[in-house]
Amino acid sequence: MSDGPKTGPWDRVRRVAAYTVLTVVAIAVLAPLLWTVMSSFRPSGDIFSRSLPTSLADLTFDNYRGLYEPIVRHIGDQQQLFPPIPYARYFVNSIFVSTAFTLLALFFGSLGGFGFAKYKFRGKRVLFMVLMGSMMIPFHVGLIPLYSLMGRIGWINTFYAIIIPGSASAFSIFLMRQYMANVPDELIDSARIDGASEFGIYWRVVLPLLKPALGALTILLFIFAWNNFLWPSMVLLDEQHFTLPVGLNSLISTYSEEYGVLLAGTSLAVVPIIALFLWMQREFVEGITLGAVKE
Amino acid sequence: MAEARAVKRSARRWRVGGMAPYVFVSPFFVLYACFMIYPLVSSMWTSFHFQQTLDTSVFVGLYNYEVLFADAKFWQAVLNTFLFTVGVLVIQVPVALALALLLNAGFLRARNFFRLCFFSPTLVAGVFVAIIFRQILHADSGMISILTGTTIPWLESKWLILPSIVLTSVWKSAGFTMLYFLAGLQGIRRELYEAAQVDGAGGWARFQHITLPGLRPITIFVVVIAVIDALQLFDIPYVLLNGEGPGGYGRTVVMYLYQKFESSELGLACATGWTLAVLIFLVTLVQLRLLGAHRQEE
Repeated sequence: MSDGPKTGPWDRVRRVAAYTVLTVVAIAVLAPLLWTVMSSFRPSGDIFSRSLPTSLADLTFDNYRGLYEPIVRHIGDQQQLFPPIPYARYFVNSIFVSTAFTLLALFFGSLGGFGFAKYKFRGKRVLFMVLMGSMMIPFHVGLIPLYSLMGRIGWINTFYAIIIPGSASAFSIFLMRQYMANVPDELIDSARIDGASEFGIYWRVVLPLLKPALGALTILLFIFAWNNFLWPSMVLLDEQHFTLPVGLNSLISTYSEEYGVLLAGTSLAVVPIIALFLWMQREFVEGITLGAVKE
Repeated sequence: MAEARAVKRSARRWRVGGMAPYVFVSPFFVLYACFMIYPLVSSMWTSFHFQQTLDTSVFVGLYNYEVLFADAKFWQAVLNTFLFTVGVLVIQVPVALALALLLNAGFLRARNFFRLCFFSPTLVAGVFVAIIFRQILHADSGMISILTGTTIPWLESKWLILPSIVLTSVWKSAGFTMLYFLAGLQGIRRELYEAAQVDGAGGWARFQHITLPGLRPITIFVVVIAVIDALQLFDIPYVLLNGEGPGGYGRTVVMYLYQKFESSELGLACATGWTLAVLIFLVTLVQLRLLGAHRQEE
C-alpha cells in the first residue's frame, strides 16, 4: 500500500522484517496443530515423556485404532480395559445434526432475508428492530427455561433440541437481507408479471442468484453447528446421541492416561471443517465481513 | 377526497405480495417467541422463585439474587471473566491489527497462505482447541515445556491459569479479528494515501491520519463483539481445566451458571443468567460511549 516507486535500503529492511514476523507467527500458529497430529501417532507412554520421535518406528496407528476398538493396558500386574468408544457414532451424529441445522437455517434465513429486503409491509420496521435486538441478548439467559421446555415437550436427548430452536437465526436473516438488496427489483417484478407466485419468485428467481451468499452462510452455519458445545452437552444424555465435542469432552477424565486417543479423535474431528473451508474459502471471507463493513 | 386518495394509494402500495412477506419472516418470529422470548420471561420468573425440580417452586422475591451476590464464588467468577476480557482486549485486538497491517502491505507475496495460516485455528471448536492445549501446556511433557526446556505448571498454578486461558483463546480467535481488520483496511480509499504521499506525509503520519481513523468503525465493531464473546466464555476453560480449575481460578460466569444447573439450583442459575445479561448490556453501553460510536464520521 505504502509501496512507492522508490526502493531504498530501508524498504529492503522493512520487507525482511515483515516476512520474518509473519513467518514466526505462522509457525507459532501452526505448531500446536502439527504437534497434535504428530502426538496422535505416538504411543500414549511417549506422549507423556519429554522425548521426541526420532524415527518412523516410533509412530503408531494405535490411537486411531482406539477410536473403534477396546484398548487393554497393563499397569504393573493390573489390567485396565478401555471399552470401545462410539466415535463413529459421534461423527455420524455430528454430520447429521450439523447438516440438518444448516439446511433449515439456510432456508429460514434466506426466506426471512427475502421478506425483509424485497417487500414493503405494515410493521416491517418494528419487526426488523425486534430481529436486530434479538442478537444483543445472550443465549445463556434463557438456557435453563429452554431446557425445562425441552423436558416438557419431550425433546431432551433428541436431535430436535439441537436442530430446531436456533434454526431461525437473526444473524442469517440479516446477512441474507444484505445480499438480497443487490437483486434488481425489475427481475422480481417481471417474474411477478409472468405469473410466478411469491414463493416461486424466491425459489426460482432469487435463490439461484444468491449462490455465493448461500455458500458463505452455509460454512458459517456448519462451523457453528459442528463446534457447538454447551447446549448439546446439556440436552444430550447418552453417548449414542453425543456429538463430537460432547463425546470427546466426556472422555477427558477416563482417557487422561490414554491421551493419544483423544488427540486422534480431535485430529479427525477437525478434518471436515478444514475441508469445507478450503473448498469455500472465498465465500467465507466475504460472508463474515459483509455484515461488519457494509452499513 | 385527498385523504381517500392517500388511503387508496397506500393500499396499493401495501398490496404487492399480500400476506407473502409475513409468511416469509414468520419462521423466525415463531421460533424466536417459542425458544427465546418464552424462556427469557420464564427465566425472569424462575429467578424470583425457589425451584429445586422443574415442577415445584415457591416465590422468594429477590432471595436468589441475594444469595448470588453473597456468594464469593460468583464474584470470583465475575473477576475471572473480567480479567480474561481485559486480557483478550489488550492482546488479541492489537495482535490482530498488527497481523492485518502486515498482510495488507503492498509488496507481500503469499498473502493467501499467511491469511489461511492465521485463520485456521478459528475453524477448530473450542472443545478441540482445549483438548489440544491440555497437551501443549502440560507441565512435564507439553510442547511449550519441551521446546523451552522448562516445567512450568501452566494449568495448575493459580497465577498461570488465567494467562493460559487467554493464550489459548487468543490463539483460537486472533485470526478471526484479523479478518475484520483486513476487510476494514481494504475499505480505506487508496486515493487518500496517494494524496497524502503527494503532500509529503511520511509513513507514520499516513498511518496516524488515514489508516487509524479509517479503521475506527471496524474497530468499534471488533471490540464490542470480542468483549461480548469474552464475557460469555465457557468451552475453553471448562475443557482445558476439566472444570473450574484449582481454587476456581478458571471459573467464568457462564461456568458458574452451568454448575448451578448441574446442582439443580435453577433459580440461582436463572438469576446468574439475568445478571450476566445486564452486565453485558452495561459493558456494551459503556464501550459504545467510550469508543464514541455515536460520533458521526468527521
